[in-house]
Formats: sequence, C-alpha cells, structure tokens
Amino acid sequence: MQPYKNHESVAALMNRNNVDTDQIVPKQFLKKVERTGFGAHLFHDWRFNPDGSDDLTFELNNPAFKGARVLVTGDNFGCGSSREHAPWAIADYGFNTIISTSFADIFYNNCFKNSILPLVVTADKLAALMAEITANEGVKFTVDLENQTVTTPGGNGFEFEVEAFRKNNMLNGLDDIGISLKHEDKISAFETAQKQALPWLWHRA
Amino acid sequence: MSNTICKTMYDKIWDSHLVHHEAGQAPLLFVDRHLMHEVTSPQAFEGLKLANRKVRNPHSILATLDHCVPTKDRDKPIADPVARKQVDTMIANCEIHGLDLYDMENPNNGIIHIVVPEHGFVHPGMVTVCGDSHTATHGAFGALAFGIGTSEVEHVMATQTLPQERSKSMLVNVEGKLSEYCTAKDIALTVIGKIGTAGGNGHVIEFAGEAVRELSMEGRMTLCNMAIEAGARAGMIAPDHKTYDYLSGKEFAPKGDDWDLALDYWQSLPSDEGAQFDTTVALQAADIAPQVSWGTSPEQVTAVNSVVPSPDSFDNDNKAQACKNALHYMGLEAGTNITDIRIDYAFIGSCTNGRIEDFRAAAKIARGTTVAEGVTAIAVPGSYHVKEQAEAEGLDKIFLDAGWEWRDPGCSMCLAMNGDELKDGERCASTSNRNFEGRQGKGGRTHLVSPAMAAAAAAAGRFVDIRN
Repeated sequence: MQPYKNHESVAALMNRNNVDTDQIVPKQFLKKVERTGFGAHLFHDWRFNPDGSDDLTFELNNPAFKGARVLVTGDNFGCGSSREHAPWAIADYGFNTIISTSFADIFYNNCFKNSILPLVVTADKLAALMAEITANEGVKFTVDLENQTVTTPGGNGFEFEVEAFRKNNMLNGLDDIGISLKHEDKISAFETAQKQALPWLWHRA
Repeated sequence: MSNTICKTMYDKIWDSHLVHHEAGQAPLLFVDRHLMHEVTSPQAFEGLKLANRKVRNPHSILATLDHCVPTKDRDKPIADPVARKQVDTMIANCEIHGLDLYDMENPNNGIIHIVVPEHGFVHPGMVTVCGDSHTATHGAFGALAFGIGTSEVEHVMATQTLPQERSKSMLVNVEGKLSEYCTAKDIALTVIGKIGTAGGNGHVIEFAGEAVRELSMEGRMTLCNMAIEAGARAGMIAPDHKTYDYLSGKEFAPKGDDWDLALDYWQSLPSDEGAQFDTTVALQAADIAPQVSWGTSPEQVTAVNSVVPSPDSFDNDNKAQACKNALHYMGLEAGTNITDIRIDYAFIGSCTNGRIEDFRAAAKIARGTTVAEGVTAIAVPGSYHVKEQAEAEGLDKIFLDAGWEWRDPGCSMCLAMNGDELKDGERCASTSNRNFEGRQGKGGRTHLVSPAMAAAAAAAGRFVDIRN
C-alpha cells in the first residue's frame, strides 16, 4: 500500500446521498482479474453519454474539479455491494480523501486498504464545505493526516478522528497481513484451543 | 437479576473468536469459514502469490462459480472472453491451493449463499466471511456472517483472522403472526423502509419475535440476507430446533458424538434474557403488507395497496430530493397506484429468493396463468439442487406452461453480470435485493418484491395485491 502523504488538493463536490458501489463501478467492469485500471470506469453510467463522450452535466466532469484528490459527498456513501473494485476505481481516478456524514461499513474498511482516507463530519459541517466549494469551484483543501486536520481557505477546517492503528498503517503504507502475522503464535494457540473445545469445527468431511 | 453478565448472541460469538487485542490495534478475530466466488477473489490470490504466502487452512474454504456464469446454453463455452477468463482463473486458483470448488459442471453448483447452507457448511456460532455483502444470509443459522472486501479475502486466506472493530447491536423484534401471502421478503423490505438503508450502519442486527421464529430456514435466510440493505454488518437469528433439523445429516454438519457436542454448544448461543442491545426496533407482523419498492434504493418501498409517494410527503429535504430523483429515473408519477404500474420483465431467483420455498410460493400463483403479452419472465433456481427438487415436484412444468423460462442456476439478473439484463427503460418485478440505478442493466427499472408477487405481476402485466 502507498503511504498517505499530507496534501493540498482540489476538492470536488458530488452532492448525492446513498451513492452505492454499483454506481461507483458498474457490474460490467467487475470481470477483470487485476486490481488496476478501474479509474476509467468510475461512475461510468453517470459520467459518460451513450456514445462514450463525457456527460457534461455530471459533477465530476466539471473542469474546475480536474485533478481533485478530495471528494465531498452526501450521506451513506459506498452502500450496497462489497466490491473493492469501488475503492480501486476511486483511488485509480485520483481521489485519496472522501468527506461525508457517513459511510457504509464494508466500503469504509475497504478504503483503508487502499490508502483512501474516509472522513466523517457532521451534517452542518458538510453543508458548509459544500457551500464553500459551490461558491469557489476549484478551491483546494489541505489534508494533514498526521495532525488529523483539514483546512480550507473559507475557514471551514476541522479536526477528524481516525483509529490510531489505521492512521499508523496509512502513514507508513503498512501491510495489514504482515501485522496480523506477527501474532502467529497467538493464532496457533487459538486454533489449538478451539480444536479441543469445539472439535467438530475441525472435522470436515 | 444475578451478577452474571447478560450477553447477546453477537457478544458470545465475538468473545469466543477474539484471538488478540492490544491497545492501539484493532481486535483480531478468528474466522471459521470462508466462502468464495469468482468476482471478488482473483486479486486476493494474486496478492498472496506476490507476497509468497499460502492459504492457511484450505479446509475452511468453499468456492463456487455464480456471478458471471450463463444460465442457459451451459454446454457451450462462455461467450464473453473476460467472464471466461475470470471463471478459468477461479478454477486454476482453487486447483493450486487445494480448495473445494463447485464449478459449472458440478451437480452442487449454484449461488454461494444457496449452496453453502445446502451442504451444512456453516453452523451456529461460526464466524463466516465472504467477499460478498450478502454473506449476512448465513446469520440465519445463528452464525456471525458478514461481507468483506478483496484485501480482506486475502487477509483471511493468509492468516485465518481479520482485524475487526466490534459492532453495535440492534434488536429487530417482529411480534405476532404474518398474514397470509406475506413473507420474509416483506418483513425485510418493511424493516428497511422503516430504518432506512443507513439505519443499521455500524450494527449487527438480531431478528427476533414470533414472526421470525415462525419462518422456515429458507425464510430466515431471506431475512438475514437483506440485513446489508439496511446497512448492517450482519443479520442473525437465534438457532432453534428448525436450525438443528435443517443441518442434521447434511454433508458438512457434525456427525455422531460431534453432533451431540455441537448441539450442546449451539443451545448456549441465543442471547441471554436481559441482554442489552444498543438499538431496538419493534414491528407488528400483522401490519406488514406485501411490499413493492418504487424507487432506486431498497428503503423506497411501500405496500402493494398504496401509491407512489410524492416528494412533498417527506419532511426531510434529502429524502424528498431522493424521491424526486428516483421518480425521474423510474419513470413514475407520484400518486400512481402501485397496482397500476405495468412491467416488462419478471425475475425469480437470486441469493435472496432462489430457494425451493420461493419457487413453490411462486408456482402456486403461476399455476394455470399465462405470462402477460409483452412480458418476459425468467425463473432462475439458486442451485442445481433447487432446480432438481423443483423439477421433482413438477414446478418447472408450471412455469414453462405459463410461459416462463426455466434456467440453470446463477446470480443472473440480480446483478446482470452474465448477460441476463434489462434494456434501457424496461421495468422488472424482481425477487432480488437491490433496486439501484442500472443494477439489472443500464436504464433498467427494478421493483423488489416477493416470489409470489413477481409471479402474480408476470401474469397480470402489472403489480397485483395477491391478498385479493
């Protein structure tokens, strides 16, 4: 995983609630066996006209949002299917930070595996951030993971919460699996105890 | 109350699977069973290979091919080369790592959440994961079962554990008896309509109450399956004699002395009386009518004898806007009777409603009817075993005589990855689980219903209140 670095980036606005992972990356693109190249399909059905040209009414096709790394969006982002293709597409497109009032559980976990920082703010704060972008399209937000702050030129900055282990893994680009395998002795001990206490779990036909 | 700590079923399963927890790290949870399909696993196997890691316990894994497999002309090679490659990759990965796979030629093939219970692979008290949000299905057995991402699939293969934050608990109590023609699907949609698609975020839901206890195992699976549509991490139902009867004799169920030991353990799992839940929701089963979704989110749902709502009827601006957007996408006018909505397609199947009980309920309505002119109706059994059982009961004849297509098993039009899909603007009465924009094909319009409601709609060409 790429380490997450502090940055100052354009913040794009997509003011929609309950954006589901079927919209983030539609099913026709789930047949690939690679992790790469999904950015081209991000929000495909909203982003492109039937002839393949950009649909200029779609928020992210706004030229002011070109190169944005921060996505500001509505409630319950990432609901529905567990497909990790969704965060792969978001990261591949260029976003590494998403700000919303809430995220679906599986999507939220998937973000941290892909160096994407999902930030939860209050409804009032989200409204203020959205208003700032609307009033000043192309505005840049500064995200500082180390100090857990976002600052904006309009003074709508905030401090955010993130679990210590997730922050540490993100900042250092650490491999979760490697961390869990440091507890190999405890996993083995657990297995031994379970084989004794609940032996049928280990008697597979 | 004595000094004993009252625990929920979720607490008990969680506590008994905690491998390690140290300050500043996520708790490490042990995983008993890992289910797999072709769409969310190839990148996980690739990750293992790159890191030179092995599958820790191949016996904990059961795999199938379901998402992108064709449901007709199965004797021919898969036409879509990208889908074919995904299927071939799954077959190769299972061979390399020694994993059991129900491939397309296997008589056990079908949708993962249908075939796993058919073989008794998940038992009460197990922690079960799958790279699929509908893993919640297996909570019907009193297991903690939840969907994970592909990175986590790799993590579980390599370590048999997952770093997991503990969820909050929610009790959904459905008291009293369901009226005739109302099903587990209608309970699920009613709950989602009530609490919303984010209502269960951060929670594990335990479904309880008379109406839930009265459900068959198939019905319980339908209900738990849709817990994810309420945003919950998992849904679960306390195991009881129905659970034990269902598991008894199945291929992977405990046998002999193991059965007795397991049964003792399973009986200790239900939530203690007095256990505290973070959130409690109560419903009266008698108030539940057959449901039809009208919008593009499962929470946009109403009773069949109702009307399409107006954006003005919502006091919340976000919900009003969502209603407006949904009506536009769905091509519906506020105030239209649900029973005046005409359909082009009917689909019975999916991990939500692709079990034998679902085809029995639908066949009861479809018997002697004819699919309305201009309507295409497809029945897609959830597995070869469901298909065989239905054929043994003559249900296939009922559907075929009525003008339905009778297919081979797969996820099919639930997510339309395999070529079974709606065209732009087509409207479908579907027994699947998601009515998101484009879910069943770009521009397709999905109405979520129970199997009997789908069968009635196919015959009438519009939604029907099957209670009349």
